[in-house]
Amino acid sequence: MENAFGQPQNVVVLGGSSDIARAITKKLCAQRTHTVVLAGRNQELLDVAAAEAQEYGATKTDTVLFDATDVTNAARTVSDAFDKVGEHVDLVVVAVGLLSDQRAIENDATAVQESMNVNFTWPVVALAEIRRRLVAQGSGRILVISSVASVRVRRTMYLYAGAKAGLDRLCQGIADSLEGTGVRLQLLRPGVVRSRMTEGQSPVPFTTGVNEVAENVMRGLASGERVIWSPPLLRCVFAVLRHLPAPVWRKVTADR
Amino acid sequence: MTRATFFGWGHTSASVASLANPDSEQAVREQLATTSPMIARGLGRSYGDAAQLSGGLVLSNLGLRDVGDIDDKGVVTLGAGVSVDDLLRVSIPQGWFIPVTPGTRQVTIGGAIAADVHGKNHHRDGSFANHVREMNVATPTGTFRVSPSNDPDLFWGTVGAMGLTGVITSATIQLLRIETDQILVDTQRFAHLDQVMAAMAERDHLYHYSVAWVDCMTRGAHMGRAILTRGNHAAASDLEEVNLTAPRNARLGVPFDAPSGLLNPLSVRVFNELWYRSAPKDREREPQGLSAFFHPLDGVRDWNRLYGKRGFVQYQFCVADAASDTIGNVINHLSSSRVASFLAVLKRFGPGNASPLSFPIPGWTLALDLPVGAPSLPGVLDDLDEMVLNAQGRIYLAKDARLAPEHLRTMYPRLDEFLALKSRVDPANQMTSDLARRLQIVGK
Repeated sequence: MENAFGQPQNVVVLGGSSDIARAITKKLCAQRTHTVVLAGRNQELLDVAAAEAQEYGATKTDTVLFDATDVTNAARTVSDAFDKVGEHVDLVVVAVGLLSDQRAIENDATAVQESMNVNFTWPVVALAEIRRRLVAQGSGRILVISSVASVRVRRTMYLYAGAKAGLDRLCQGIADSLEGTGVRLQLLRPGVVRSRMTEGQSPVPFTTGVNEVAENVMRGLASGERVIWSPPLLRCVFAVLRHLPAPVWRKVTADR
Repeated sequence: MTRATFFGWGHTSASVASLANPDSEQAVREQLATTSPMIARGLGRSYGDAAQLSGGLVLSNLGLRDVGDIDDKGVVTLGAGVSVDDLLRVSIPQGWFIPVTPGTRQVTIGGAIAADVHGKNHHRDGSFANHVREMNVATPTGTFRVSPSNDPDLFWGTVGAMGLTGVITSATIQLLRIETDQILVDTQRFAHLDQVMAAMAERDHLYHYSVAWVDCMTRGAHMGRAILTRGNHAAASDLEEVNLTAPRNARLGVPFDAPSGLLNPLSVRVFNELWYRSAPKDREREPQGLSAFFHPLDGVRDWNRLYGKRGFVQYQFCVADAASDTIGNVINHLSSSRVASFLAVLKRFGPGNASPLSFPIPGWTLALDLPVGAPSLPGVLDDLDEMVLNAQGRIYLAKDARLAPEHLRTMYPRLDEFLALKSRVDPANQMTSDLARRLQIVGK
């Protein structure tokens, strides 16, 4: 069970080998988390993440392998992960996503479909199953990793940012639908984070490391705020950026 | 069956469950026969997650409201859902008072036994269960009438067990004879924790009731300054006018959640300063009404909403006399961490009772109210756990909302005795709660 400070004991992480997910898992295990089930596409990386979770205090870890380009496995992946926890699931982290080089895929219909599956459709189908199970449980939390890129979609990454925008808005609706069920959904909107996913990108302001993101997540879980921004200042930055006139926005984002 | 959201008095960790309102012991037995996981709930004054069960069945005891006649020796049989308030309305006009009362009248008799509540007279009279003659416990394997002599294992195993053996449906308790509805109160102010603790250790035995309110925000020469109030029931000969008046309803209320952060280190410091200065330095035998002395917070309905949406936790621990310096160390750690903590309550404990899970051990107990929100608070309380563990003390399950499961067994070394009893009356672990899951008392 989660305690009074929003610290969970049993956690499922979808996309559990991503850098942000690993940083979050480590911090959770250093608090009260003792059972972690990590789901991802690479067994080797999952095993590393599971060993890391144990190092930080988890007493029981397990893994589930899945491929997010195939949306038909989403519900099954969720139920496998819940079954492997074997008791009340306090927190599900949805950290599934892939940032591709847009110029390489935007003219390839199959690649575009795959990108949308990974960043939008698979997480949404998984969320339907997560939502159903947690509501039956009567309590629990969902943390969905969105992105500040979802707030205003920019031309150089409209596929990724657009999918995240869809996921972000859809999750706001889920969050409202959960009122009175004992279940809560929170969104994480990180800025650019130094990780494997963003290797080689040109540097932008407000870039942080994964540990800072994880630290902001811990605070957000404790406070229960609906949208966790990382760094928190981005909330104010994007309050302005989202209202920039389109020509100015295009200019600002021309090369990033 | 209706679904409802449940949380404790601290307004943290809400969960949704089905709600049943049985109005008789038979109806309780019918609910138990469904084999659905369940927990009994009274008026919801446990601070944490003791009286809720996410996804299960919460069984309200508020339909069990029978109040029997008080016999000439002061013995009365009450339904488990009768509140202390209900009882006192009937008993005070007849010259009887409850032998042990917590700081609020809004607890049920069933809850008082399940949490084995204590009052300002533990040093003299022990906790609530010490005054229970008999009780009915509906367990998954049958309903039993138990007493300290008839099935003492189930009697004491149910005391302090937070509802995990079954549902208490009624209890017979011994009341206390009073001649008036007044307490003669001595009030003293102390500039430092050491002084108030010395005064309590030396002279508490001369008083029926004793409690100290400690300021946890001051440091140095005024660390733990305190107001000590102690008193005895006024005899008819002590007063010019003798009354036996039942308690009144709260006249004030908090209609909505205050903004989070209203109670912050600054506002709490200001409040504590005003409160300390407004107390008399030394006053003797001041008559105070029973409600004013025992239940001052009952005058404000829903006062917990002052802590805002995020709520608060209460941290209450006890340590033996040999480890009395833990009290000062805890207050020092809190004040140096700059965690806002409202007035803390310091009391003496006398001997504990035979229950394996009852909280009191002879020595000291300190209770702290702490608003949720400060990022450092979870870590600070984990530090306090270490200090309490090192002192071989324990924390009170009726207040807990955040203890780590690995510490439970050290704090309650007789846990296995309790688990053996539980497997006798509830082999399938049907009785469980969010607290029992969090502390891994019951597994799933």
